[in-house]
Amino acid sequence: MKDLHLRLLAFVLAAAGLGLCYYKVTALGLPLQPITEAEVWTVEARIGFHADGGPAQVQFYLPNQPPGFTVLGENFVSGSYGLATDFAGDNREARWSVRRANGRQVLYYRIQLAEATSMSLPRSEPIPAYPQVPNYSEPYRSAVMSVLDGVRAQSADISTFTRQFLVRFNAANPDKDIRVLREGIRDDVHRVRRIQRILAGARIPSRTVYILRLQDGMRQGTLEPWLEVHNEREWLPFDPQTGRPGYPPNALVWRVGDDPLAEVVGGSQAEISFSTMKSIREVLGVAEERARLLDSRVLEFSLFSLPVSTQNMYRVLLLVPIGAFLVVLLRNIVGIKTFGTFMPILIALAFRETALLWGVFYFILLVGLGLAIRFYLETLKLLLVPRLSAVLIVVILLMAGTSLVSHKLGLVHGVSIALFPMVILAMTIERMSLVWEEQGAKEALQQGVGSLLVAIAGYLVMTNEQVAYLVFVFPELILVLLAMTLLLGRYSGYRLTELWRFRAMLRSAD
Amino acid sequence: MLKVLRRLREMGVVGMNARNGDYIARYNSRRCYPLVDDKLRTKKLATDAGIAVPELYGVIEIEHQIGRLAKLLEPHQEFVIKPAHGSGGNGIVVITGRTNGRYRRANGALVQLDDLAHHISNILSGMHSLGGQPDQAIIEQRVVFDPLFEPLTYRGVPDIRTVVFQGVPVMAMVRLPTLQSDGKANLHQGAVGVGVDIASGQTIRGVWMEEVVAEHPDTGHPVAGLEIPHWDELLTLAARCYDLAGLGYLGVDIVLDRHHGPLILELNARPGLSIQLANGFGLRPRLERVESLAVIPECAERRAQLACELFADPRRQRGGGDTQEQRSAATEGIAVGPRVHATA
Repeated sequence: MKDLHLRLLAFVLAAAGLGLCYYKVTALGLPLQPITEAEVWTVEARIGFHADGGPAQVQFYLPNQPPGFTVLGENFVSGSYGLATDFAGDNREARWSVRRANGRQVLYYRIQLAEATSMSLPRSEPIPAYPQVPNYSEPYRSAVMSVLDGVRAQSADISTFTRQFLVRFNAANPDKDIRVLREGIRDDVHRVRRIQRILAGARIPSRTVYILRLQDGMRQGTLEPWLEVHNEREWLPFDPQTGRPGYPPNALVWRVGDDPLAEVVGGSQAEISFSTMKSIREVLGVAEERARLLDSRVLEFSLFSLPVSTQNMYRVLLLVPIGAFLVVLLRNIVGIKTFGTFMPILIALAFRETALLWGVFYFILLVGLGLAIRFYLETLKLLLVPRLSAVLIVVILLMAGTSLVSHKLGLVHGVSIALFPMVILAMTIERMSLVWEEQGAKEALQQGVGSLLVAIAGYLVMTNEQVAYLVFVFPELILVLLAMTLLLGRYSGYRLTELWRFRAMLRSAD
Repeated sequence: MLKVLRRLREMGVVGMNARNGDYIARYNSRRCYPLVDDKLRTKKLATDAGIAVPELYGVIEIEHQIGRLAKLLEPHQEFVIKPAHGSGGNGIVVITGRTNGRYRRANGALVQLDDLAHHISNILSGMHSLGGQPDQAIIEQRVVFDPLFEPLTYRGVPDIRTVVFQGVPVMAMVRLPTLQSDGKANLHQGAVGVGVDIASGQTIRGVWMEEVVAEHPDTGHPVAGLEIPHWDELLTLAARCYDLAGLGYLGVDIVLDRHHGPLILELNARPGLSIQLANGFGLRPRLERVESLAVIPECAERRAQLACELFADPRRQRGGGDTQEQRSAATEGIAVGPRVHATA
């Protein structure tokens, strides 16, 4: 195939750029839009108890890779207690212990969470065994069987079965069987246990999980029981009150199972309360912490690790490839003539400081004045280098003069033309005057206007907030740009302006 | 727009990107560029090969030598000053005579020795050279063009540009200076380009400012139907320049001097595309025809001959029944036919 080598190279570059970008978006949660802030939840569990005076030990369940969230950090405030964390089945637990404790004791556990991105880690759990059908007593037994049979007839799989059952179980106007089943339910925990026991009649594995609904500024929150059933592939959560599948929004799964949340040895009157708080943090900070937790080194090499002043420099520098690509498009595909290949881009960078209209105004002013003086210098018959230097000196004097006059007139933008690339301006003036003399004013103006147009286009692209954000946060996208530039390097089709240039070919052929 | 695109593609018009990517990058070795970019080297090469060029009067290489300019110019009434690395006809000053110690330029203006010295100094400092490197100034014989072009020229010297592809001339045009081009034979600057039938050396049609024209804009003389003298010699000369420069895609500029016949003016490694407009043909079919040849003859004369067979303008076809025979003979490298005697 033609240009196979080039195409492969471009493909590899583009794949590398896009791949890295994809990873950063999906795994690390860097947004593609310039949103700079993300919600971070801070949840605090407070465990209070009355110590008996001897050794005390507290065992407390902790969230373990809660679905929908990534853990940014956690800490324990526990005074003189020794601390160990451990995995226990599906759960994690903390064990505080102290040799002597007396009176009121308070332990704190604090966890910071950010909303997870699409790729949350799958929880690897063994498939649970099918439960044995419990030994129901009559008339309870016949009520269970009648309800389960009814539900089975109206459902297709475990998921729909559970849902159907829960809807029926929680019906506002329960029938006779349901009334029997619902009799004597004390609280929500008891209700979920009752449901589990009935589902076991259909040999459906189920479990209780405890969730915490996150609300900003919540104090004294408690865990809420939730129902999960296993469909031979994964655990499916259901609202035990309504039968709706899934967790409620902003719900944090704290732990799985029915054991007491905390166990205190050597103390009594344990009380546990939760408080939650929402805060806004820099998205990038959140992403960095996520990367640290995922053991990813990608963000260690992000531009954000540079000192701020250097960062700001690269914010500008990384826009230059965009400008260069634009020049390729406008020159080789459209066919606009410009003075110098990258002069328009440097001018466009200068426009960033002066704002567009003023930038164009000052550019025309400077080039116009410079040209006039250059034409005058021509009559002096100077040697090339002294003449170029003279033009450069004149350009700088003009810039200073323009800044001064604008300042006196109260035009703030005039002050920033000091950022115009003066050497480039001087060369532009020199080349423009040469083209003017040798190829006529028309050609010179054409190229001048072409340069200005490219500069304006460059300005518009390079000041686009989205573009600036993308190249800085995902500098690997520049590889994609490089790939496209390489491919355009073998473009041998017509330039847009050539369609106009060669139009006489067609007229005569007709 | 799309229709224009399709038509241009059908006609095989070569665009700037295609020229640079498909032909110049592929057939012109960068190593050979200095041979054609430096007119002094081109001149020397040509002279060594026995190809006629305008006579070299002198070279000014450093500022200091400008002091001897008057002495150098002494013996010559008319001459041309040009940069060795110039492009597009820039930096060329043509002096046609002297009046009262002043020099008369081709556009009629009188200039002093000082002005010429300043101009040469500009040349030396690289003002007209590609990339602005320091340059040399060449002073050479002024070409007195063939009277044939008298009614078709407004000041300046008309030349004949031939595009030579792998040694085979593929397209040619005459470039006629106009008032607008200020005596320069450069189409970009307003010269008239007139397509030439490769086989017969007859002019076909003119293009000025990218529009088809029938007459020279300044003199009003019709541009078509002119028979260029020494055409076969000229074509062979163009073909020989390939051996000289080694560039596969080459522009050869030849002037017809009234006294000395065809002279090589300069060679160009990046010949422009307007030649297609002047001829009303795209270059690509002809370039591809040459690319498809199994063997390209070694001998320049045979290559010129081959060009005549392959690229005769159908609008000028004199309807010989032997065209097919000639073509096959020519591709095999055997020269037959009546035109051989003219070139021999």
